[in-house]
Amino acid sequence: MRSLLLAGTALLTLAAAAAPAAAQVSDNVVRIGVLNDRSGIYADLAGEGSAIAARMAAEEFGNKVAGAAVEIVVADHQNKADIAASKAREWVDTGGVDVIADVPNSAAALAVQGIARDKKRIFLMSGPGATALSGAQCSPYGFQWTYDNYAMAAGTGRALYEQGKKKWFFVTADYAFGQSLEEETTKMVKSLGGTIAGAVRHPLGTSDFSSFLLQAQGSGADVIGLANAGGDTVNAVKQAAEFGITQSGQSLAGLLMFITDVNALGLPSAQGLMLTTGFYWDMDDQTRDWSKKFEAKAGKKPTMVQAGVYSAVKHYLKAVEAAKTDDADKVVAKMRELPVEDMFAKKGKIAANGRMFHDMYLAQVKTPAESKGAWDYYKIVKTIPADTAFMDPKQSGCPLVK
Amino acid sequence: MTAKTHLLGSRPAALTVRGTATGTALLFGVGLAAAVAAPFLLYPVFLMKVLCFALFACAFNLLIGFAGLLSFGHAAFFGSAAYIAAHAVKEWGWAPEFGLLAATGGAALLGLVFGLVAIRRQGIYFAMITLALSQMVFFLALQLPFTHGEDGIQGVPRGLLFGLFDLGQPLTMYYTVLAIFIAGFAIIWRTVHSPFGQVLKAIRENEPRAISLGYRTDRYKLLAFVLSASLAGLAGGTKALVFQLASLTDVTWQMSGEVVLMTLLGGMGTLFGPVVGAGLVVTLESYLASTSLPVPVVIGFIFVVCVLLFRRGIVGELLARLPGRSR
Amino acid sequence: MFNLLGVPPQVLFGQLLLGLINGSFYALLSLGLAVIFGMLNVINFAHGALYMVGAFVAWLLLTYLGLGYWWALLVAPTVVGLVGIALEKTMLSRLYKLDHLYGLLLTFGLALIFEGAFRHQYGVSGQPYPIPDALKGGQNLGFMFLPNYRGWVVVASLVICFGTWFAIERTKLGAYLRAATENPTLVQAFGINVPVMVSLTYGFGVALAGLAGVLAAPIYQVSPLMGTNLIIIVFAVVVIGGMGSILGAIVTGLGLGMLEGLTKVFYPEASNIVVFVVMAIVLLIKPAGLFGRER
Repeated sequence: MRSLLLAGTALLTLAAAAAPAAAQVSDNVVRIGVLNDRSGIYADLAGEGSAIAARMAAEEFGNKVAGAAVEIVVADHQNKADIAASKAREWVDTGGVDVIADVPNSAAALAVQGIARDKKRIFLMSGPGATALSGAQCSPYGFQWTYDNYAMAAGTGRALYEQGKKKWFFVTADYAFGQSLEEETTKMVKSLGGTIAGAVRHPLGTSDFSSFLLQAQGSGADVIGLANAGGDTVNAVKQAAEFGITQSGQSLAGLLMFITDVNALGLPSAQGLMLTTGFYWDMDDQTRDWSKKFEAKAGKKPTMVQAGVYSAVKHYLKAVEAAKTDDADKVVAKMRELPVEDMFAKKGKIAANGRMFHDMYLAQVKTPAESKGAWDYYKIVKTIPADTAFMDPKQSGCPLVK
Repeated sequence: MTAKTHLLGSRPAALTVRGTATGTALLFGVGLAAAVAAPFLLYPVFLMKVLCFALFACAFNLLIGFAGLLSFGHAAFFGSAAYIAAHAVKEWGWAPEFGLLAATGGAALLGLVFGLVAIRRQGIYFAMITLALSQMVFFLALQLPFTHGEDGIQGVPRGLLFGLFDLGQPLTMYYTVLAIFIAGFAIIWRTVHSPFGQVLKAIRENEPRAISLGYRTDRYKLLAFVLSASLAGLAGGTKALVFQLASLTDVTWQMSGEVVLMTLLGGMGTLFGPVVGAGLVVTLESYLASTSLPVPVVIGFIFVVCVLLFRRGIVGELLARLPGRSR
Repeated sequence: MFNLLGVPPQVLFGQLLLGLINGSFYALLSLGLAVIFGMLNVINFAHGALYMVGAFVAWLLLTYLGLGYWWALLVAPTVVGLVGIALEKTMLSRLYKLDHLYGLLLTFGLALIFEGAFRHQYGVSGQPYPIPDALKGGQNLGFMFLPNYRGWVVVASLVICFGTWFAIERTKLGAYLRAATENPTLVQAFGINVPVMVSLTYGFGVALAGLAGVLAAPIYQVSPLMGTNLIIIVFAVVVIGGMGSILGAIVTGLGLGMLEGLTKVFYPEASNIVVFVVMAIVLLIKPAGLFGRER
């Protein structure tokens, strides 16, 4: 009996001694879970494309980092916060997932943020725009990478003001994101000295915008700000063209628009629209190169969300490589220490609230005559430098900022 | 086309209710043992989700299977109870048991309102009215400030049950959910086997006859509706604690459709059918989430196959095929 | 001029006219539902999905065959109608002897399949569909700018709605139809093939949905989700009008469209819900609907 115990103790000590070498990367795999909408309204702007982008990032490391294999797993949260939460929990509890990426839909992202914070897992948000994710609900492990509602709204608001368009009217989706887009733009426009002619709140999933557009037209505003997203924005823009709103001198501004929305609209309806974006495929050789590779796999050009997933995953893997471990605390420290440098972000920096600061771009949709072919949609009007593109972390309300 | 030769879920019900007590007791014993052992084999959060939906489907089944009323708005009770429980526990700091009580009570009240409006009509009209009313609840859930719009109520603490048990522990939470489910199931069991349940069945089979026998059928139906709503609310409140969130998903009409599917798949009017159906649908959705198959298409396909070929549902078909049970 | 609750009358007229345009879509869709319900006693949950299919057929014709809007107006309803007849023959017809709710459940499943399949194939952002050249531009009516296409939609759907009403209520074929609804056995005994008539009725009902889809394509995005939200509202319209009542469906469709237009002025957040409020009130006061009779 005694000898058995002794042998056992000896074995344990041996195991403990051997541990540091093996335990650098848990279960010897760095597992990245891409959790997003693969069948619903965000499937086009994130979906499988985000998974492809994550795989492209892993391939650049030869699917190996710090001596461990890199594995990408994917799941569909179907835009339901409870499915997102249970999938995230399951991944962390039983699936050996080290990091969760993407998660468009702010309700789903907020749920995952809570779980990732509790379980100390890194959360790379490319899809969600809610400013709360790097504000009141921030987490030491959560990074908001690509855009947020503030950057989208304030960027467009300021840029249009500088062009002399000072009077705004809002067509707002009656949802939290719509209201926050309206609020951020209003603050920016008013702080510059502009005025708000009015606003109208419409239910999510409205198909007919004619009566709202008519009210906007009657208000005499210079700009009609569309504080909505996806199908709502697309329908509003399309019907604005039908009612001759842009011809009559009013500008349209999409406060939360993606390139997939422009593609869905077609240039005849979308031309002239102003919007802010975190990425455009046709900016320099690097972006063109990467986007070409992406298109070969996905069949279309990347959205900023998909490009953001690539950048975030790549930066994470870089940090794992540098830290030689997948221990969340150590990797997070490395991520904050290293500059973000890739085709998506030049000299990006992660602030204390988890917001990744990088340049944003003000774009105008080309006319059909200017466009040279498929996906040639944007003219980059102006670069919004990183330090003014996003909200000052001190004002974000994040308790991690001192 | 006025004479109906096959009422929704009519036959199997009579079977189980009159069926041998030993058989059902045995089934129940096996099921209970499996449920107690399950968290050591399967992922507890997943099991809790199954139990919540199973209770929801059982509550729904009480109405369709035993009273013949198809409600297309049951998500209203499930979802609003989730909001009530989440708000009570998170914002008011209530203990989880009181949060659940509030959720159940809130759903019962809502059920009373719905019931008063809806039970005067039957069949398709009843389905449409419940659908319309639940759309209004959805609108409220979107507009009222305490629900936080599409973000939902997040980060709901699970707290201490009766001030003793820490629900933050997965196993404690699981057994609590299991106990809630068994309690809800027992209530349904008692209801179905009581004289009240017999009257409901009489109303389902032939309402004018029940009236002529002197029953005030509206009152019976209203009571059944309120009971079903309360139990759906209990399930919704529990779900809010399990997932620590309440969101708009649970109030949408698609959720109402989902519970119909669970019940239809498992077997309307059978006691165990909805449990089986809920288990299958939740498993399927969780499995499909990691594949490239489009979830709605698969779900829709199952719906169509069930309606065309297995109207009795899985449990109903099994019961009908048991030897010596032919009627 | 007078002001109504602070809204100038020009705005009010404009909104009423826009409401009428939306209402004509409701009328067209609820008309199809009412025809189907009257004849088959089935609540066709797949109606919204088939409306979407109609729009997609128009888009596919344009994209792959180069056939424009006017062809689509003819081809898309035919295709949708044929799909409908196939569905009726293979599936729905097996359910007539059962509780009517099974028809509702079956079509609910079908709607999920259609929408899911198109979503899987074409994504959710939708596809653009141009307004036909002949109907581009618009008229200045003084109180508002009316795009020609919207005017065309109102005229076209009113003509179709009242044409259908006339065919069913005032012609011999319509008389057979109505008789078959009341007593199929007796009508069969007169030598009329009732099952074929039922199939054709379903086909016609969903063809109306397909037609509405083509009419909607240039205004809204051709997207797999376009029918999902609409169908619930159209259900409410049919219930308010009185299930199975043709005239009820048309009149309430138009009326509720205008009511919704007014709501968009006074309390836009509620514009999606006002129909349901009206529905609850109507059912409390007149359970069979405004134009319906008790069955």
